[in-house]
Amino acid sequence: MNIHEYQAKQIFAKYDVLIPKGKMIEKAEDAKDAAREIGGNIWVVKAQIHAGGRGKGGGVKLARSIDEVEKNASEILGMTLITHQTGPAGKLVKKVYIEAGVDIKEELYLGMVLDRAKELPVMMASTEGGVEIEKVATEMPEKIIKVEIDPLTGFQGYHARELAFGLNLSKEQIKEFGKFAKALYKVYTLNDASLVEINPLVLTADDKFIALDAKMGFDDNALFRHPDISEMRDLDEEDPAEIEANNYGLSYVKLDGNVGCMVNGAGLAMSTMDIIKLEGGEPANFLDVGGKASASTVAKGFEIILKDPNVKAILVNIFGGIVRCDRIANGILEATETTKVEVPIVVRLDGTNAKEAIEIIGNSNLTNIISATDLGDAARKVVKAAKGA
Amino acid sequence: MSILVNKSSRVIVQGFTGKEGTFHAEQCIAYGTNVVGGVTPGKGDQTHLGRPVFNTVKEAVKATDADTSLILVPPAFAADAVIEAAAMGIKVIVCITEGIPTRDVIVAKKFVDKHNATLVGPNCPGIITADEAKVGIMPGFVFKKGTIGLISKSGTLTYEMANQVVLAGLGISTAIGIGGDPIIGSTIIDLLKLFEKDIETEAIVIIGEIGGDMEIQAAEYIKENITKPVVAFIAGSTAPKGKRMGHAGAIIAGSKGTAQEKKNALAKAGVTVVDSPADIGVKVREVLNK
Repeated sequence: MNIHEYQAKQIFAKYDVLIPKGKMIEKAEDAKDAAREIGGNIWVVKAQIHAGGRGKGGGVKLARSIDEVEKNASEILGMTLITHQTGPAGKLVKKVYIEAGVDIKEELYLGMVLDRAKELPVMMASTEGGVEIEKVATEMPEKIIKVEIDPLTGFQGYHARELAFGLNLSKEQIKEFGKFAKALYKVYTLNDASLVEINPLVLTADDKFIALDAKMGFDDNALFRHPDISEMRDLDEEDPAEIEANNYGLSYVKLDGNVGCMVNGAGLAMSTMDIIKLEGGEPANFLDVGGKASASTVAKGFEIILKDPNVKAILVNIFGGIVRCDRIANGILEATETTKVEVPIVVRLDGTNAKEAIEIIGNSNLTNIISATDLGDAARKVVKAAKGA
Repeated sequence: MSILVNKSSRVIVQGFTGKEGTFHAEQCIAYGTNVVGGVTPGKGDQTHLGRPVFNTVKEAVKATDADTSLILVPPAFAADAVIEAAAMGIKVIVCITEGIPTRDVIVAKKFVDKHNATLVGPNCPGIITADEAKVGIMPGFVFKKGTIGLISKSGTLTYEMANQVVLAGLGISTAIGIGGDPIIGSTIIDLLKLFEKDIETEAIVIIGEIGGDMEIQAAEYIKENITKPVVAFIAGSTAPKGKRMGHAGAIIAGSKGTAQEKKNALAKAGVTVVDSPADIGVKVREVLNK
C-alpha cells in the first residue's frame, strides 16, 4: 500500500524526522487560512497524488504571497496531472499540500528499501538529490552509498558514519545527519514499510536536515498490525475494479487486450496471459481466483471481467488441486445464468474431477462455451474466438 | 533417493487441529506421509487424526523424534512457529502460510540458517517426493514417480508443469514450491545444489516468475556448478511494470526483474528456456533424449 506525501510526513513527525511546516487542503478557499497558519513569506503548493514527477507535470508551484497560494491551489486542485508515472490518462488532483518554503543549501537523497538479494533492508544516500534516483543508479552508481542493516542489531553509529562520510558532510553535519538517519530507520522498521524515500533531503543554510519530499510504501502483509496506517489508504488512487475484486478475495489487474482470463493461482494466471500473447492475442486482464475458488468467486470473476467493454472472449483456465473442477464447472453454469455472458467462453479444466467437470459443461445447453483439452489448445481457441473467427 | 523429504521423514504439523491443518494433514497422511503428530498450543494430550497432539514443538520432538514440520498457522503467528521449530532441532521446516510480514520472515530465516535447518516458503505449496512423502498442500495424484526435479515459485503452475512432465512419459523425483514472496527460505540455488547431488534426479525444471533477481543468480550458479540438464520457464512476460501480479514478490521494479532479463540470463548459462508454458513437458523429454 502507498500513501500520500502529506501522510508520510505525518508519520515522519511522530519519529522526529524534521519536516517543513505544512497543511493538506481539499478546497481552494481553505488555502489562505492554511498559509497564514503555516506562516512565513514563501510557500510551496503541491499536488497530492501517488506518483512521482509532479513538479515537471505542473503539480508543484511556488507562492510568494497568500494570494498566490490560493491562486496556485485553485489551479492545481481539479487538474489532471500527467507524469511519467501516472500513465497517459493522468491523475485527477483532489488534495494539495501547502508547505513553508525552505532555505536550501544542498539537495541530497536518502531512502530505505528491502534488498531482496541480500535479504536485508538497506539505507541509501546520494549527493545527487532532487533527480530521479533510478537514473543516478544506472548512470552514476558510484554516487549511491548503501548500508545493509541487520534487524537483529538495528541501526548503528557506523551505518550513519558510512553514509555521512560518503556524502562529504562536515563534522557538525555528521552528528545531525546521524540523528536524522536513525529516526528514518525507526520510521521504516516500526511501521513495516517496504519503502521510505526522501528526495530531496535538504541541508538548510543553518545546517539542518529537512525532508522536503516524502514517499512511503508498506508491506501489505503487515497492515494488520498497523490500523493507523491502513486508515491512510486512499481508494481514489486505486482502480475501482481491482478494489472490488480484492473485496471478494480475487486478485485482478486490468490490461489493454481483449481476451479476458480467469485462472486459479498467480503463476498460472501470468502464464495464461503469456500464452495468449504467444498465440497472437492480447490479454485483457490478470485474474487469480485463488486456491479456494468456488462457484461464487467464479461468478464474481465473470462480472468483473465483463465490466471491461474490450473483452471479446474469456478463457477460464483451472488446474484443480484442492479446488474441484466439477464445482468450478457448476460455478460457470450458475454465473452464466445470473450474469449475461454474451462473449464466447473457452473452458479448460484439468486436475481434480476434471472428467466430471467436462461432462457438466458438455451436458449444458450453453452455445457459447467451447471446451479445450490443454493449455495450448485453450489459448489457440480463445484467441480465435476473440478475433471472431 | 530424493531431496529434503522421503518415506522416513518424521513429520509434525504445526497448527494441526485447525481447519487448514486438519484438512491438509489428512491429505498428507492419505498420501502415505509419515505424520507422527502435531502441535496446537492448549490441545496437548489429545489425539487428532489418530496422532498425538502436543502443546509445544519441544514436547513433540521429545516424544516422536520429529525431524520435519509442516506449518499451517495464521500469518500473525507463523514466524513464531518457524522459529520454534528451528530452535527445537527440526531440520526441514515447510511454511505454507500466506501473508506473513516481510520483517518477520527476515528474522525467522536468519534464525533457521543459524540452526542449520532448511526453510521452504512461506506462502508456498510445500514439498513432495513422489510416492514417498507429501509435506505440503499440492494434489498428490499429479506427481507420478520419476527422475525430474522441479523447483517452482508458484502453486497451481507447479501442478500444471508436473502434469505435463507426466504426460510426456516422465515423472517427478521431488517437487518444491518455494513461494512467491519477496523473502523466502530456500532459494533456487539452495535446491539446485541438492538436485545436482541427488542420484535419482536426471534433469531439473525451474519455474520462475517476474520480480527480484533469484533466477539471474541461479543462472550464474548453473553455469559453474550444474552438470544436469535444466529446463526453465519464466511466467510474466506480458506483465506490466510496477503492478503486483498476485504474489507479493511478482512485481517488476523499474527495468529490473523482467521475464526477458531472466530468460536471457538462463539461456546464456546453457539452460533450455521455453517461451510457452505449454511446452515444458515436451522440452524436458527432448533434453533427456539428447
